[in-house]
Amino acid sequence: MTEPVLMKGNEAIAEAAILAGCRHYLGYPITPQTEIAAYMAKRMPKVDGVFLQAESEIAAINMVIGVASTGRRVMTSSSSPGVSLKSEGISYLAGCDLPALIVNVQRGGPGLGGIQPSQSDYFQALKGGSHGDYRNIVLAPASVQEMAALTVKGFDLADKYRMVAMILADGTLGQMMEPVSISEPEAASTEKPWALTGTDCKRAPNIVNSLYLEPDALERTNIERFKKYALVEENEVMYEEYLMDDAELCLVSFGITSRIAKNAIVAAREMGIKAGMIRPITLWPFPKTALLAAADQCRAFISVELNMGQMIEDVELAIRCKKPVFLCNRTGGMIPTPEDVLAKIKEVNKIGGAQA
Amino acid sequence: MIVFQKPKSLTDVTLHYCPGCTHGIIHRLVAEAIDELGIQGKTIGVAPVGCAVRAYDYFDVDMAQAAHGRAPAVATGIKRADPSKIVFTYQGDGDLAAIGTAETVHSAARRENITVIFVNNAIYGMTGGQMAPTTLPGQITQTSPYGRDVAAVGYPMKVCELLQNVDGAAYLERVAVNNVKNVKAAKKAILKAFKNQVDGVGFSLIEVVSTCPTNWGLSPVKALGWLEENMLPYYPLGVYKDITAKEESK
Repeated sequence: MTEPVLMKGNEAIAEAAILAGCRHYLGYPITPQTEIAAYMAKRMPKVDGVFLQAESEIAAINMVIGVASTGRRVMTSSSSPGVSLKSEGISYLAGCDLPALIVNVQRGGPGLGGIQPSQSDYFQALKGGSHGDYRNIVLAPASVQEMAALTVKGFDLADKYRMVAMILADGTLGQMMEPVSISEPEAASTEKPWALTGTDCKRAPNIVNSLYLEPDALERTNIERFKKYALVEENEVMYEEYLMDDAELCLVSFGITSRIAKNAIVAAREMGIKAGMIRPITLWPFPKTALLAAADQCRAFISVELNMGQMIEDVELAIRCKKPVFLCNRTGGMIPTPEDVLAKIKEVNKIGGAQA
Repeated sequence: MIVFQKPKSLTDVTLHYCPGCTHGIIHRLVAEAIDELGIQGKTIGVAPVGCAVRAYDYFDVDMAQAAHGRAPAVATGIKRADPSKIVFTYQGDGDLAAIGTAETVHSAARRENITVIFVNNAIYGMTGGQMAPTTLPGQITQTSPYGRDVAAVGYPMKVCELLQNVDGAAYLERVAVNNVKNVKAAKKAILKAFKNQVDGVGFSLIEVVSTCPTNWGLSPVKALGWLEENMLPYYPLGVYKDITAKEESK
């Protein structure tokens, strides 16, 4: 599929996964991501793949663990409350060094929350939503095209580093339709000598395990794993800079809100306010270096997000609190208008922030 | 002439189980079944959380270690990914009949073509002897210090009886390993549960009534007697379901 077609974001993820060689989808229905499961239920049998609706989110993520253990590409998808249920399995995937793609099409929370778009699982995705020392690669698409592209990228990164890649989308991106062109990616061949394939009585057994009863062994394993994470931080940061060359105010936003922020930035520039944006595409690894560099250039930062202020903490850390960081947010499923963001830009511009 | 030897499908690692524990017998029966069917090279096991958590060190086959109760879901993923492999889980009562009840029932409902070895010793062993879903009425444990009071905490789970009513379950048998006769019957049942998978029959579960001398506070020999006197009346041995028998009789 190379000609642009009109697709929902959720469907684009599903089709891109199949093109990326994923033949196993295990999931459980939850709004607003169910189109992924519905698409997979239709498509997987046509490509000799496996679609299985599990009895729970917990079972689904553990089926993912099973498939991943055999070395095959595998994914599951859910929305916020469902991802909480999957969290146990996400920790086990990390502890077993298993690759998998997990999609979170976020909705408002906490609790059952609502079914409208949200970015309030930022902490959960980034700050250890489950137990133990671990990281997920977290990818934040901002268009239907990126939903597809980052799905393919996510599988590649998951395999390359033997870890979970998570697509952190939101209900808007999942439900909206945009033209998307998905081309068959080059087959990424990652050898998986660790996979459970049966010994054929020719090699020692492979064991997929996260138990280390000896504390020194567990410490060593964790330290080794964090060397891998350091490589990810070194090599895999992705972000977009928008009108940053001469920017004095730096907006930081990901996903759907980054598009609203762009409109506001254009309007601000028409009024003579030099605003720009750094849009993290990978939330982990976070574009710390780019933000720190911007801190020397800009007077202030504005974190635009659909929650009570979560990414703003990472922005403050990244710029080492060199400049003030303001929050522009809506939550509970509400989305700011470009005018809301523009009003915040004007307000921050007036306060001035620290001198560059 | 060799008249007795360790099964090929067991490693040389020394088992960590307590003296008199019957896990060793059950491990052996599983390994013998794998050997006899000639499937060692294509078998993948799933270890539970609980006393048998380190089963991955003992079986000489590829192994995964699952989260508490999730072994049937992990096994489902492995089997669906590679149906040519023989996939088994090895689970205790807390793992299978408490925290993992949903995974157990639904893998049976799907007639997932896997083999489940369910070790029922009526107690949480690894954590030091707490009340299990299969702890008998009146039985004293660390978390039922006055005896299991069914009025307050409910009744034990009878797994074979429960799964008997699940259409997808293909073969269910309860066995025990308290004497030679029962061990021989257990061997036969476990072998059949693996052969069923080779034949594509579907979900086969063998419940093995067994002892936990340490947490029962009994000597190994007395524990075998306690099993006979208390567990077997509550958990009657026998075949609870066998769809292959129906086919044979048709």
